[in-house]
Amino acid sequence: MPPLLEVDDLQVHFFIDEGTVRAVDGVSFSLEQGKTLGIVGESGSGKSVIGQAILRIVPSPGQIVNGRILLQVDEKENLQQQTLDLVTIDPRGALARSIRGSDISMIFQEPMNSFSPVHTVGSQIMEALLIHSDVSKAEARNQAIEMLHRVGIPQPENRIDAYPHQLSGGMRQRAMIAMALVCRPRVLIADEPTTALDVTVQAQILALLKELQEEFGMAIIFISHNLGVISDISDDVLVVYFGRVMEQAPVKDIFDYPLHPYTQALLRSVPGIDTPVRTELATIEGTLPDPLAYIVGCPFYGRCTECGGDSVCRDQPYELTKVSPEHFVACPRMCIKL
Amino acid sequence: MSASDILIEVKNLKKYFPIQKGVFKKVVGHVKAVDGVSFSIRQGETLGLVGESGCGKTTVGRMIMGAYRPTGGEIWFQTPDGGPRLNLAEMTPAQMRPIRPHIQMIFQDPFASLNPRMTVREILAEPLIVNKVAKGAALEGRVRELIELVGLKVQYLTRYPHAFSGGQRQRICVARAMALYPRLLVADEPTSALDVSVQAQIVNLALEIQNKMGLAYLFISHDLGLVRHFSQKIVLMYVGKVVEYAPAANLFGKPRHPYTEALMSNVPSVRSDFVSHKIILKGETADPINPPPGCAFHPRCVYAQDVCSREEPLLREIGPDHVVACHFSEALDLNGCDALGCAI
Amino acid sequence: MEQKQKEMKYLNATWRQLVWWRYQKHTLAMIGLVSITGMYFTAIFCEFLAPYEKDTRHLEAIYSPPSTVHIFDENGSLRWPFVRKTDMEIDLETHKMTFREVMGVNYPIKLFVRGDTYLFWGLWETDIHFFGVDSPAKLYLFGADRMGRDVFSRCLYGTRISLSIGMIGVFLSLVLGLTLGGISGYSGGWADVVIQRIIEIIRCFPSIPLWMGLSASMPPHWPALKVYFTITLILSLVGWTDLARMVRGKLIALREEEFVLAARFLGASDARIIFRHLLPSFTSHIIVSVTLAIPGMILAETALSFLGIGLRPPITSLGVLLKEAQNVTTVALYPWLLIPVAFVIIIVLSFNFVGDGLRDAVDPYSR
Repeated sequence: MPPLLEVDDLQVHFFIDEGTVRAVDGVSFSLEQGKTLGIVGESGSGKSVIGQAILRIVPSPGQIVNGRILLQVDEKENLQQQTLDLVTIDPRGALARSIRGSDISMIFQEPMNSFSPVHTVGSQIMEALLIHSDVSKAEARNQAIEMLHRVGIPQPENRIDAYPHQLSGGMRQRAMIAMALVCRPRVLIADEPTTALDVTVQAQILALLKELQEEFGMAIIFISHNLGVISDISDDVLVVYFGRVMEQAPVKDIFDYPLHPYTQALLRSVPGIDTPVRTELATIEGTLPDPLAYIVGCPFYGRCTECGGDSVCRDQPYELTKVSPEHFVACPRMCIKL
Repeated sequence: MSASDILIEVKNLKKYFPIQKGVFKKVVGHVKAVDGVSFSIRQGETLGLVGESGCGKTTVGRMIMGAYRPTGGEIWFQTPDGGPRLNLAEMTPAQMRPIRPHIQMIFQDPFASLNPRMTVREILAEPLIVNKVAKGAALEGRVRELIELVGLKVQYLTRYPHAFSGGQRQRICVARAMALYPRLLVADEPTSALDVSVQAQIVNLALEIQNKMGLAYLFISHDLGLVRHFSQKIVLMYVGKVVEYAPAANLFGKPRHPYTEALMSNVPSVRSDFVSHKIILKGETADPINPPPGCAFHPRCVYAQDVCSREEPLLREIGPDHVVACHFSEALDLNGCDALGCAI
Repeated sequence: MEQKQKEMKYLNATWRQLVWWRYQKHTLAMIGLVSITGMYFTAIFCEFLAPYEKDTRHLEAIYSPPSTVHIFDENGSLRWPFVRKTDMEIDLETHKMTFREVMGVNYPIKLFVRGDTYLFWGLWETDIHFFGVDSPAKLYLFGADRMGRDVFSRCLYGTRISLSIGMIGVFLSLVLGLTLGGISGYSGGWADVVIQRIIEIIRCFPSIPLWMGLSASMPPHWPALKVYFTITLILSLVGWTDLARMVRGKLIALREEEFVLAARFLGASDARIIFRHLLPSFTSHIIVSVTLAIPGMILAETALSFLGIGLRPPITSLGVLLKEAQNVTTVALYPWLLIPVAFVIIIVLSFNFVGDGLRDAVDPYSR
């Protein structure tokens, strides 16, 4: 049985006047039903572009230049095959539209941007239903109310007729989750959905997502810069840096036995309970490489303090190496031993 | 500990913003952005001011800087070298000017807080010029000293802000704030626009400068982990009011307010061996325009009782330096960080 | 290595260089800039560049169509561009004039020829023109009008007047807008309320009737120059409101900018904050607004003059020229009288392109 979603050697490049930005440069992963994959990285790592590529909504001048995104689909009209390569479909075609929303849907950091301010929340949720499934308007309204209830919005019968600006930040985020999940997608892409929220509301939304995942069985790709949030919600984690996967492992391994110097440095830079207070935190010196540069070897070369960093790190082509059945690291020297 | 050890003392500080309606800007009500906040900071100490968005923490900082005139309350500032104690809350902008060098601020957005038309040299020289502290070679010398203090190269002085990353800009902001040897630095979310690795650099810089120059920080943040790492005392605010004010170790070790406990449990941890017991609160932060009666936190509180919705709990001292605003502080046995399993 | 140099160049760039680099990427804006520069150059040197004085009549050439510039002679060999003398014939029944070239003598187009005398910039008298042909041939690049005046020369003079009205009018608006908008935005309070209400009232008037009323109140015996300045004043009295609003809005936004707050917290005086922080951040926005306001002024002048209530001959603006092309017969028989429209369109489009380009370029963090 192939995995629900399989991304293989995905490359998304942005062609700008000054050159080529390799925003995503050879990312591969697979996602099983009901599991959550966390993608963590700092700004400029290309983590959001991965989500956009799967939905085929990479903004211009970005293009998917290589790779496959294989999705297991139910039998659709005119479509016999079971596995669909999303890279090959027309991003504006009917097939892509029918996949977006019904098979894969997305939630964003700022829900205000994904709702139209001139329509009620309910009509926008119903629209998704009416497009993707064969239901009557009354039935769609009932389902929308049910969904709003399910995501924890009080008095959904009344709130369904509210405009987005009438809801608070947390409620809007819940409504967006309702809209994303109303057609029961099998993959949900969540791009920094809790970054704009307060800690207490963030905890509510994370708990809600876990609950809904248990109930609906969808797979989640959760993209965030916040290591804590990623550790809270993920089953497996990809650590991305400069468009490449530095380390991939189950969540426990990433946080307890990080093998890549970058992952370790990231974790050390967050003060934790065992960091003595008011002492110096570990930092990562230097800055990201020039986005226009093409780097053959390890993109962390030059900032890595682990083994001094030598020409091997710089010149040996990037490769993700298996160190245990589920743990992959892209460190040319494998300088950290288990 | 003598009284002169206290650098700044805020007493019952209030700021109400009028809500205006209609053509004639009739005042129809008030947003009680800050409603009775008190705390004090000793020389060279760090006080963390924590709360969720809209709790009024930024407004407190701005009032200390003299950007807003308080609706009520006092801000007593001890001027250096045995100078007089002054109430900043009653001072006019003109009276405030000679005090300004002693109190400086750094902002959240390092992209907005540097003038894009000025070189780094001009930016760093500005405080020295406007206060007529130095000119000529002494000015240049001090500017070089400042840029080296924050770990940047002297060659960068000729560059404009666009040439710097977020972390580097924040360093420039710190350098500018340090130019006049302030006694207090108000840091309003100085790292929340930065990546974690850069955030750590700024925190280290701030600690290093504090050790070197012995100044005090008012560190305003929503990030409990960072505040814990950085501060000796913590004020936790909720909808314009102080809910708990205690030394950091006491607050994290044994919180006395249910909101503190819930907030701590909600911080996601990066350690999987800490299985945290999350207290998921109902609802969201109360609206400061129309706060709930009684304790503002009672609609979300898991321990709330009838009295909480009727009577407002007053701030009271329940231990050494430990102040809390809850009816049931003594009755409740709240869990601290260790018991909750949160790894912040 | 080259990459490194480019990066250093960017890192050491000044604000102006950054704006200019961004501006250069905007093709249309660059085209607009070249075209505006050309137009102003023409306007400044129009007496010299025009082959004829704007009011020189050639009775034998009334409604003469544009001259044909030849580069091949009768034998088909390539020659320096030349024109031929034309003879007018009048059909005595229809009074229709036809022009016929006289073969034989070729009159080459010469550079720096002597022609009508004129006062260059009103300072010294000269008769040198950039180009022209020897008499008796005439060079009418855009034809001639009902008095036998050269439309091309008149277009150049008209461009001068229209462009200067735009500049002076916008300058006056800017003075008004900066002062009133500045007071409104910086001090706030009742001054703000009063100024904002005045602006709203002015903007309530439909602009064409307002201009018409104001210019109709000008006594008809006024000299042309006085009319010119009055019209400019009228246009700016109506046009300052947009600028004042822009200035006010920008000031209010800038006053709360963190770098302005930071300067205040450092103890900087109001004067220093205004001149060191507010104004420099502001000038780029003012330049953008001004660039976008000039075509409005030019169009307004053109409209007024076209209606006959703006500038009057002997002052020649593009609007005055278009007044000649008001009736359908003229347009049908002598379509070259419409050529000034092309000038108006080019000027307005160029200013808009430049304004758009600048607006994108001055926003430092737009990308």
